[in-house]
Amino acid sequence: MSVKAARKADVGNHVGPPASLSVPALAAFGVFAILPLFVALGLSFTKWNGLGSPEWVGLANWQEILTDPDLGHSIALTIGLMVLSWVIQTPISMLLGVFLAGSQRYREILAIIYFVPLLLSSAAIAIAFRNLLDPNFGVFASGLLPFLDQNWLGNPDLVFVTVTLIISWQFIPFHTLIYQGGARQVPQSMYEAAALDGAGRVQQFFFITLPQLRYTIVTSTTLMLVGALTYFDVIWILTQGGPGDATRILPLAMYQKGFVANQMGVASAIAVVLAVFGMTISLTITKLSGFTRMESQMEGE
Amino acid sequence: MSRTQVPARKSSVKIIRSRPAAPISHRRNVIGGVMSFVWLGVVALPLYWIILTSFRSQSGFFVDGPLAFPSEPTLDNYRLVLENDFWRYLGNSAIVTGAATTFIVALGFLAAYAIARNGRGVSKTTFTVLLLGLAIPLQATIIPIYLMIVELGLYDSLLGIVLPSVAFGLPITVLILVNFLRDVPRSLFEAARIDGASEWQAMIKIALPLARPALVTVAIYAGLNVWNGFLFPLILTQSEDKRVLPLALTTYQGMFTINVPAVIAAVVMSSIPVIALYIFGRRQLLAGMTAGFGK
Repeated sequence: MSVKAARKADVGNHVGPPASLSVPALAAFGVFAILPLFVALGLSFTKWNGLGSPEWVGLANWQEILTDPDLGHSIALTIGLMVLSWVIQTPISMLLGVFLAGSQRYREILAIIYFVPLLLSSAAIAIAFRNLLDPNFGVFASGLLPFLDQNWLGNPDLVFVTVTLIISWQFIPFHTLIYQGGARQVPQSMYEAAALDGAGRVQQFFFITLPQLRYTIVTSTTLMLVGALTYFDVIWILTQGGPGDATRILPLAMYQKGFVANQMGVASAIAVVLAVFGMTISLTITKLSGFTRMESQMEGE
Repeated sequence: MSRTQVPARKSSVKIIRSRPAAPISHRRNVIGGVMSFVWLGVVALPLYWIILTSFRSQSGFFVDGPLAFPSEPTLDNYRLVLENDFWRYLGNSAIVTGAATTFIVALGFLAAYAIARNGRGVSKTTFTVLLLGLAIPLQATIIPIYLMIVELGLYDSLLGIVLPSVAFGLPITVLILVNFLRDVPRSLFEAARIDGASEWQAMIKIALPLARPALVTVAIYAGLNVWNGFLFPLILTQSEDKRVLPLALTTYQGMFTINVPAVIAAVVMSSIPVIALYIFGRRQLLAGMTAGFGK
């Protein structure tokens, strides 16, 4: 934090702009992001159907969700989605990103195509895949490759993996982009030195690229893990959490309790769980990695 | 320096542009090469299907093979989408995105300027709150936001979508702009002050033009998030004339049902604005997407 530095520089008669310029941003964020967290906490102790006024019920909602096997299932699915999507996305994004960091012309052309999924909204991707995977009229329905001719979104045993793969299809380009940026920062001289010492490709990857990418890995991992908590639109459009509860991750469980079953109190309790979950993960990772250390490195130069 | 965790300083706005030579090795990168072509298939196949399907006639869709070229290519699907309120949905999306992005960038710039050049009192508080706020999952706030928007009488209005979208666009915006503005030498501002410029003039005449590349980056990042936003419109609007594009796609799915080519044409059309941006400003767009994360 460069507040100290700023103070030092301001010892003279120079004051700088009024701090109050930041008030509108603080107000907007406070009212529509911070306040809702506390309101959600408050509502979690009430019974409320979305109309009328909330009625205090103490810990009843918490008792309900903590003993509800459905919520346990949703938490397990959410963690499963986190792990599986990380395992799928990270190696692919890293390899592609490092590969695309090269400046060969054909790699540049590949990159142009790779990043196209970034241009589609979650809703567009979900609608497209829903039709593409249709068991009757979809791409795989022709029976050309019988093992691919499955009811990908209707079979409770397959749907979770299908949804995770679609989410990966959507987000791998983004993480590839991050890894590409990271890989381009690795000093060329390190590879030259390693090559002189006789290190091969694979060794160079494990002893230079991978350690040099550690901060990129932290950034990308944080975004993936927190992201997995919040995928709502893709799953909502693809399956609405189904079939049954096969893809009902936490945000969907919350939405259904709140806006479909009109149990806003219970849904608020789930929202609090979600918020605590998300903030714990990102604060833990960022604490460990120093993401919030933001002092300008130009300072003092 | 490869301190990747420090989000977007001046240099990272241009990530994509800087292109140091590839990690050289005179042996071929076989694993990478094979992978890259497998992935090309994984990405291109659905896109190929999407494009072809959008030009298929309704009967052709059932008769042609799913990956064959359309036997009777047609633009009917696009016409059908246009005839079904596409412009209205596009307009709503444009209004919401334009308004929210304007507020995000304006409020974000003011706050970032105060934080970078003053950094005390309320601007320090703002920075701390926004940094913590980065970790708040938007999903966790939707019930109170729904309640608040209803209480404010803004349910089912475009402004109702804009307000919370602005709030959630601010943290990253401020983070990036603060990092950028901190790299502007203090002496520039001091010189301006000595020459008699007011603080206000120093901000408008010096900080604003210098920060332009960073402002473009954050505007793209914030704008795309709002443009693609689904959850706020889903819970905060209901009538047809307030519908934004992502939500409208589900409407089209419900309306066209098994007329899959028309549904897919809607998917393509909803993406055209961003595709255009990609064609005309690919590097800016990609830099904007990884705003604060890439480097």
